[in-house]
Amino acid sequence: MSELIVGEVIAEQSYTVTRDSLVRYAGASGDFNAIHYRDDVAHSVGLAGVLAHGMLTMGVAVQPVVDWLGDRGTIADYQVRFTRPVLVDPVVGATITVVAKVGAVDDGTARIDLTVTFNDETVLGKAQVRVVLA
Amino acid sequence: MNPELVGRVFPPTAPYLVGREKVREFSRAVFATNPINFEPGAASAAGYGDVVAPPTFAVVVQESTLAQLLAEPDGGIDFSRVVHGDQRFSYTRPIVAGDELTATLAVTSIKTLGGNAMVTAESAIIDVTGAHVVTAVSTLIVRADAE
Repeated sequence: MSELIVGEVIAEQSYTVTRDSLVRYAGASGDFNAIHYRDDVAHSVGLAGVLAHGMLTMGVAVQPVVDWLGDRGTIADYQVRFTRPVLVDPVVGATITVVAKVGAVDDGTARIDLTVTFNDETVLGKAQVRVVLA
Repeated sequence: MNPELVGRVFPPTAPYLVGREKVREFSRAVFATNPINFEPGAASAAGYGDVVAPPTFAVVVQESTLAQLLAEPDGGIDFSRVVHGDQRFSYTRPIVAGDELTATLAVTSIKTLGGNAMVTAESAIIDVTGAHVVTAVSTLIVRADAE
């Protein structure tokens, strides 16, 4: 993969997260904070409604990189900042779009920068995956 | 919150045994599609002993360390005011079904900004041989008391 070019988009993918997805993630992760499945609880703490788990957004956002990487390397580091909530509508859910771009290339490693948006606004900041190429 | 938490290292958590079905369940929950997350055969062909957990699975093991932090009697952290600010994972290798993992939490930084406190908690996760697997770092924002 020495031909990686800084600025090149290596993957782009959209995911629709529904309330069902949140219940599934709650069970799988053990994060049962009720703001992720009860509007009344979300409202009581000043939120507009049920939010996706930040860690669900983080977990989904790296998947295009995992698929692109395949067996050509491994992930050495993955970081995000949670900047905006993802409000999940009970009927239509929320569509999260991930664009993965080469941010930097260095001797056997690359930094992949993720732009993760919901309703045309970024929801993760400084979302970076460092991969070590096999 | 208590600024003297900085530098505090907590006792290691009870071992967490990573189950194959748990990895599959978590993989489905984060929309993973890679066969190494689901099929032992695919994982084995890629050089792993069993199905491979997605990158953020480490949070499941980290979670019990954050529970230790929030339960610390002199910590002064009100869970209802906690917001997740940043998250980072630094891997030596992926987590694989069959791993027995232990996490040790250290509080590495506390900053105060306009009444809010930011606490950075680092959980080092090791396997049964004592080898490092992944370190999970969370920055939690503890919001100021309501005016």
